[in-house]
Amino acid sequence: MFHYFIGNLGHLFVIASFVTALVTTFCYWRATNTRDLSLHQYWILNGRTGFILHSVFVLGIVIALFTIIYEHYFEYHYAYAHSSLHLPGQYMISCFWEGQEGSFLLWMFWQAVLGVVLIFTQRTWEAPVMTIFALVQTFIASMILGVVIPGLVLKIGSSPFILLRDAMSDPIFSIQPNFIPKDGNGLNPLLQNYWMVIHPPTLFLGFALTLVPFAFCMAGLWQKKYTEWIKPALPWTLLGGAVLGLGILMGGYWAYETLSFGGYWNWDPVENAVYVPWLILIASLHTLITYKNSKTALRFSIILVISVFILILYSTFLTRSGILGDASVHSFTDLGLSGQLLVYLLFFTFAAAALVILRWKEIPATDKEISTYSREFWIFIGATTLCLMGFQVLVPTSIPVYNKILEIVGLHSNMAPPANQIEFYSRFQLWFAVAVALLSGTGQFFWWTRIGKEKLKHELLAPFLLTLIVWAVIIVVARVTSPVYMAMVLAGVYIIVSNVKVLVMVGRANPKLSGGAIAHIGVGMVLIGILFSSGYSRVVSLNNTGLLYNGEMGTEFNRDNLLLFINEPRNMAGYEIEFLGERLEPRHKTGFVKRTEVDVTDDQYKVVANRDIIFRGKKLYDAKDTIEIYPENTFYEIQLRQGEKVAATLFPRIQYNPSMGGILPSPDISRGITRDLYTHVSSSMNRESEPTWGDTEEVRVKIGQQFFVNDYVAVLEKVERIHEIRGLALENNDVAVQANIRIEGEHDTYLAKPMFVIKDQKEVGRIAYEVGELGVKITLLNIHPDTNEFTLGLNGRQKDWVIIKAMEKPYINVLWIGTGLLMVGFTMAMRRRFKED
Amino acid sequence: MKKTHIVAILVIAAAIAIIVSTAGDASTYVTFDQAFQMAAVGNKNSIHVVGDLKKDAQGQIVNLENSPDNLSFSFVLLDENKKEQKVYYNEPMPPDFTRSEKVVVIGSYRGDLFVADKILLKCPSKYQEQKLNAKV
Repeated sequence: MFHYFIGNLGHLFVIASFVTALVTTFCYWRATNTRDLSLHQYWILNGRTGFILHSVFVLGIVIALFTIIYEHYFEYHYAYAHSSLHLPGQYMISCFWEGQEGSFLLWMFWQAVLGVVLIFTQRTWEAPVMTIFALVQTFIASMILGVVIPGLVLKIGSSPFILLRDAMSDPIFSIQPNFIPKDGNGLNPLLQNYWMVIHPPTLFLGFALTLVPFAFCMAGLWQKKYTEWIKPALPWTLLGGAVLGLGILMGGYWAYETLSFGGYWNWDPVENAVYVPWLILIASLHTLITYKNSKTALRFSIILVISVFILILYSTFLTRSGILGDASVHSFTDLGLSGQLLVYLLFFTFAAAALVILRWKEIPATDKEISTYSREFWIFIGATTLCLMGFQVLVPTSIPVYNKILEIVGLHSNMAPPANQIEFYSRFQLWFAVAVALLSGTGQFFWWTRIGKEKLKHELLAPFLLTLIVWAVIIVVARVTSPVYMAMVLAGVYIIVSNVKVLVMVGRANPKLSGGAIAHIGVGMVLIGILFSSGYSRVVSLNNTGLLYNGEMGTEFNRDNLLLFINEPRNMAGYEIEFLGERLEPRHKTGFVKRTEVDVTDDQYKVVANRDIIFRGKKLYDAKDTIEIYPENTFYEIQLRQGEKVAATLFPRIQYNPSMGGILPSPDISRGITRDLYTHVSSSMNRESEPTWGDTEEVRVKIGQQFFVNDYVAVLEKVERIHEIRGLALENNDVAVQANIRIEGEHDTYLAKPMFVIKDQKEVGRIAYEVGELGVKITLLNIHPDTNEFTLGLNGRQKDWVIIKAMEKPYINVLWIGTGLLMVGFTMAMRRRFKED
Repeated sequence: MKKTHIVAILVIAAAIAIIVSTAGDASTYVTFDQAFQMAAVGNKNSIHVVGDLKKDAQGQIVNLENSPDNLSFSFVLLDENKKEQKVYYNEPMPPDFTRSEKVVVIGSYRGDLFVADKILLKCPSKYQEQKLNAKV
């Protein structure tokens, strides 16, 4: 049955939210421009009503779309494309923003929330600020409008409420227009992670928050209140910096846990596109604080605040227009919105630029020379360095854009992004980070004490010495030899030491002011954490088997991956690594179940335990229990030992999902205080193709007799008559027997149960039994009642194997602790600034 | 000259340096013939080649060779001029390799062999399914 109502309602809400946003823009614009007080009140009231209505409609869209996903209405493209019946509940939320439409909606939702908050808290700024807000909302609402303008062949926006039959031209719809698929396509497995439930909302809240300072800045320029806008904009800038930073870090953490590229940051265009605006946001934050204290660098602040918002729009354009094409592995596909996105970007770029140029002369500027010993000077240099740091990332990230522009003017360009992105960006960013750390460490002294040349030496001497001592200790203990890393450690230690000094000094006077110092200590720890975890990341699975692929390649290649056969330990990099077998994950219990401990059923989502299942000393299931599992996930138990001690047991995952493009590996991480052990599966046995079995070897054995199969000791324990096969009762004339053969594996005992069936006293059937982990197949070939012997057919194959890559990431916890401190610092500073009002 | 002017000059200089270095480090999209010529004149830069996997009439990928230990593999790629080239990749075969429609290899020639340092797979089906895989 088609549920037309909910989709129509949703689409109606979309159109209504677009119209109300447009009307609100107009009302607030009139309110801003009228001098008549009663008329002003009239338009304000209209605008306010309009925006609140708009917010209600936005909420309505969200609820309608979520209903479609949650109720599995697969007649809708959005539910079909992003969800499926077996998707766990918490990931239904992630479906919401897997598609572009949903993520626009999320963005719009946050801006609506922020708009409502501003309406009730910023009465003096309401009219101009909300004009900008409503205008931005109008643009975003147009992205999901899904309306075709009659006459012109122009489609505006892509609606999330489109029906599957309208979205896809599959022949089935011409035969059966009311066809509804039984199940959806499912959520991209990489997004089935708790970080993906909270990372996008955080990031989009960060996006939305950049609009607040921008709107205040525009309002200030428009209303010629050039300086007054800074006070209300500052706490929002702090909040934006914290939330956007947190969103980026969550993304990095997700990548570390879920993607198997072996790290948290890959300098992919998608990451760069949010990293650059965040850097500029941090720069603007510092200049705004400086302005509040000493009335300098207003023009610079204005340009920075505007740039942040424009860069957010630019990053949206980059990641969603499809322009990155060959440059990024994971950008959104083109929804045909590139034109609209470009209009959105260019409109605000030109409008903001025009307003700044128009008012430039009137913006107050100081002519007096700033002293090298003033805090303003150091903040200014620091902010400039941050801008250059962002610029260095922006220029190469935009290469696909240059190619496109050249193509439009008729030239051909074959420029490609740098071949080794990580190496390329790190080389530059590292030095920028060193510079920023040194500047901010020094800047802190100037910030809290007005010092001249003479006093400076005295002030800086102690921290300098302490820095050098701590630095020397770290260099020696951690054996840092590369000069670049030495510089980075020095800068990191310096920023920590100098800010600890400030913290002690300021904290004693007024603890509420110590947010800045704490945040800066966090930055220092982040730098050191990044340096050690990335710079000293060590491949543990370095291959030393001496197996060469072919002579022509020589030995120059480092083999970072390791082939592990089941139950065959290998020594590498101080660890003994062993693959212990494939595991399944029960749906309702924590832990893992061995594939050999369960028998499959006709329902792929259910398996039956063939013995009591014990995981880490705890009994999970009794024999014969039915266990619900995720059939698409296979986990590989990998044990790392140092001597007799188990260093880590890891369960990296492979998810098999044909409709999402195949097989997706996810790592598993064993967390330690001084280092993380990180493992992912690079390749595994192909489960689809039938394995190649060796020739059948026949043995004649008696009950209790031992024999060898694929080098394992086996014994025929008993042969018994059975009355049903896999739940099917046998007919009266049928005879079936089952042999029980015990095989001793390295760690486990396995039971093989081949069967021998005689139907209607003449037709003979043999059901072989496979022990996958051991690579063994046993068939009961014949029964010799005269000698009490049985003929068994034995086949062996290559044992189960897996190829893994394992890495050690030292001191990664320093990075996460630093991140936490950064957030604490931000929160403290924010509380203080919000309370100032 | 004011201090801000000195800073401005330094910033401009740094910006120019960044642009120049980007231009210098940027890779290029080329064909195999161009890549071979670059290697022949001693240019060791990594370049991008976009191509398709070689397939037979039935659409099966041919000349795909896994190493005996499965730790590396080689394949034949057809660039946009339909030139065939054997490409070696010193990593296990990515699981979805055979499903990809377009392959971007980043690397350089060593002798007659193209050695890829990195492979980008373009699977259009990954995020937007083309056909309904409906179970009726």
